[in-house]
Amino acid sequence: MQALDSKAIEVTDLTVAYQETPVLWDIDLDVPPGVLLAIVGPNGAGKTTLIKAILGLVRPAAGNVLIYNKPYVTQRRIVGYVPQRGSVDWDFPTNVLDVVMMGRYGALGWIKRPGNRDRELAMHALEKVGMENYTTRQISQLSGGQQQRVFLARALVQDATIYLMDEPFQGVDATTERAIISLLQELRENGKTVVVVHHDLQTVTDYFDWVTLLNIRRIASGPIEDTFTTENLRETYGGRVAFIKNR
Amino acid sequence: MDNFLFLTRIDYTLIVVSLGAALLGTVSGALGTYAVLRRQSLLGDAISHAALPGIAVAFLLTGSKTPLILVFGAALAGWLGALAIISIVRLTRIKYDSALALVLSTFFGIGLVLYSLIQRSGNANQAGLDTFIFGQAATILKRDVITIGILGGIALITMLILWKELKLLIFDEGFAASIGFPTRLLDILLTSLLVIAIVLGLQAVGAVLMSAMLIAPAVAARQWTNKLNLMVLLAAAFGAFAGVSGTIISSSTTGLPTGPMIILCATLFVGLSIVFAPNRGLIWDTIRQRKNRRSLKIAAGRLLEEPQQESE
Amino acid sequence: MQIGNLEIILIAVTTASACALPGVFLVLRRMTLMSDAISHAILPGIVLAFFLTHNLSSPLLILAAGATGVLTVVFVELLQKTKLVKEDAAIGLTFPALFSIGVILISRHASNIHLDIDAVLLGELAYAPLNRLKVFGSDIGPISLYVMGGLLILNLAFILIFYKELKLATFDASLAVTLGLSPVLIHYGLMTLVSMTTVGAFDAVGSILVVALIVGPPVTAYLMTDSLSRMLILSVIIGSVNAVTGYFLAFPLDVSIAGSIAVMTLLIFVTVFMIVPNRGLIAIARRHIRQKWEFAQTMLVIHLFNHEGLPEAEAESEIAHLHEHLQWEPTFASRVVRYALNNRYVSQNAAQLILTDRGRTIAQRALVQ
Repeated sequence: MQALDSKAIEVTDLTVAYQETPVLWDIDLDVPPGVLLAIVGPNGAGKTTLIKAILGLVRPAAGNVLIYNKPYVTQRRIVGYVPQRGSVDWDFPTNVLDVVMMGRYGALGWIKRPGNRDRELAMHALEKVGMENYTTRQISQLSGGQQQRVFLARALVQDATIYLMDEPFQGVDATTERAIISLLQELRENGKTVVVVHHDLQTVTDYFDWVTLLNIRRIASGPIEDTFTTENLRETYGGRVAFIKNR
Repeated sequence: MDNFLFLTRIDYTLIVVSLGAALLGTVSGALGTYAVLRRQSLLGDAISHAALPGIAVAFLLTGSKTPLILVFGAALAGWLGALAIISIVRLTRIKYDSALALVLSTFFGIGLVLYSLIQRSGNANQAGLDTFIFGQAATILKRDVITIGILGGIALITMLILWKELKLLIFDEGFAASIGFPTRLLDILLTSLLVIAIVLGLQAVGAVLMSAMLIAPAVAARQWTNKLNLMVLLAAAFGAFAGVSGTIISSSTTGLPTGPMIILCATLFVGLSIVFAPNRGLIWDTIRQRKNRRSLKIAAGRLLEEPQQESE
Repeated sequence: MQIGNLEIILIAVTTASACALPGVFLVLRRMTLMSDAISHAILPGIVLAFFLTHNLSSPLLILAAGATGVLTVVFVELLQKTKLVKEDAAIGLTFPALFSIGVILISRHASNIHLDIDAVLLGELAYAPLNRLKVFGSDIGPISLYVMGGLLILNLAFILIFYKELKLATFDASLAVTLGLSPVLIHYGLMTLVSMTTVGAFDAVGSILVVALIVGPPVTAYLMTDSLSRMLILSVIIGSVNAVTGYFLAFPLDVSIAGSIAVMTLLIFVTVFMIVPNRGLIAIARRHIRQKWEFAQTMLVIHLFNHEGLPEAEAESEIAHLHEHLQWEPTFASRVVRYALNNRYVSQNAAQLILTDRGRTIAQRALVQ
């Protein structure tokens, strides 16, 4: 396994710009292994961009990302990704099991088709998210919460060490939200590192143990107790956060 | 008696043309599925129009009407057209639809100017170039069928080999990139396959109708299945069937041009599928809605009754 | 110049102007592909009207084809409403089918219809002046000039009268509804105009190149201005320039005039795209280069700013290792440092870079926005 003192994700001096407009300015971020981390910030703060930059989906103008001290390209197999639910066409002709099996494509490599073992792994992941009875369901017939569970199962099938999730609670019902969070906590108990782009400030302290406050630049990052302070939040949101629970 | 008469009319030419149309329908039906699913249905329309100057230039340069040379020119120009659309959208604030319409019409204009140049030059060999504008399935020869078979076969085999890669690219490009699929390369490849299908079909149905050859079989197939592999298979079958039936109908009477007949057959499949397909079809949908409404009414009736019982 | 040639140019300019006006709204409303669909789908309408009137220049033809055009729009929308077909596929299915019906009708009745598919698709501007309008036996000019002139006036009138409504429906349809204006009515009004203009024009330029006339000038104008009224005026001017230059390109080469107009449409678009200030390719490239260095210097000062006063500051601000932190090419990094020193954003202290007050202000300002 990885050395204990190594960082799961290490972002140094990362700047990302679309056209000539900066989206992220000089971000430094260390994510220790085994934390459940929320990336929090206002709209347009660059949360999704940060995840995409870690995954190498956008090219940074400067800076570097390391996964366990190695570049992402060589570490793909230990990183699982849950994109925003709205980023795909749910009318695509495919069913639940098939989508989950896509999580195995990276491990399969080129041209090889998924086989029985991949199917078993996918079934297992579906059981974990409570969707085992929906295997043959066409994906357009799923509710928002069910779609999110399917995406989560696909990431589980990747059997990663680090999970990056873009707004997994968006548009899901309360039951699903509880199910997802207990699953994420279970992943953390098993030593996985889970990074979640999160919108709801009210639940941050209940769900997560680590937080990164982001608004184009990194405002603060660290354990919830030290970092999720009114002062930091005010800096992140520009003084418009009267609704935060007092801790 | 009628049947017998019909059979005697099946001659060599008809067999060749039907075979060509069937092959074309198969290739464009299968690959059109991807265009429809990516919401790039009309990219095919743009490519088929943009291919024309390529055909004219290939002919002007080589003076040859060998299908392979013309197809090569068409593919190059079609590709250039697709690239122009993407570049305009990326570099300006002009939207996709405008860029598409601009490229489609102006490339076609270039083709038309070149085409009238060829006509002026009085090249004895020029007759037949206009089949690419209007399409003339009846002029399909054995060598054309061979070209279609080989190039279309290569395109289909590529599609099958990269099945899971292309599927993931269309469904979830971001995820595909995150697990290391070279999405840009796959994108280029998929567009290339589409270009091949289009330039092969130009001769049979022409630039104007080519887009329907891509779209119609796929849209029809989508109504019958929720699985990609079945959809591709069905679309290929619908395409082939439309090709053959269109050819046969048009050969049975005079004054029924083949290209438009093929398109009408394919469109008919779409109409039938939209109305009759189980689960998704309109009839099915109406029945389901009525059922829902009835059960809703019953439930509402119960709800209304309950408080009354309580008050009593 | 011969009177015939002058008439051709006049017809070309009138047609281009008439097409460009509704084209502006199609481009802004992202509906240009509808014009492509309409221009093909009106064929059966034309043929059926011809069966009734036996006259290709009957005004009934324009009305019938206009109705077919609107029917196409309705049909595409119905197909979309089933939710079984996406919009692009719905357009791509409808017009080839209708066009096919038109082609079949023509070839079935080829003997008693003097409609040529060639002419429908490609048009021939050179023949446009041959059809004359005669009033009391005296020749007062080519029919198509009057038809297109009439359509130009109609389009102009529609836009002038409903300018406010069109503008609102285009930029904020929901607000238009709350203000009691009907975007649906405006939508169909516009589509009717597009259909009628297309029929009027197909005689001269054919059903494919009419799309170039409708889309080309507005798209070019869109690169030049942000104002709707200016875009309308510019589109008419650009359309006219395309028409005239297209004619003079075709004349010596003796090639299709309509095709040449389309070629000029593309050439002028590309030229404008290259040289127009702000949105042009050259302007973009120059701005890009300038901003690249400015941006890199900002990155540098922000980098120093972020680590200022922290324990790792010394290591992070070492000139020799800067490129490693920022993952820059060493030569690129040293050039950025040189620029930043010149601009007094930073000063050098032995092997370290130190932020000046000026540099600190720049970093803070960049982070606040």
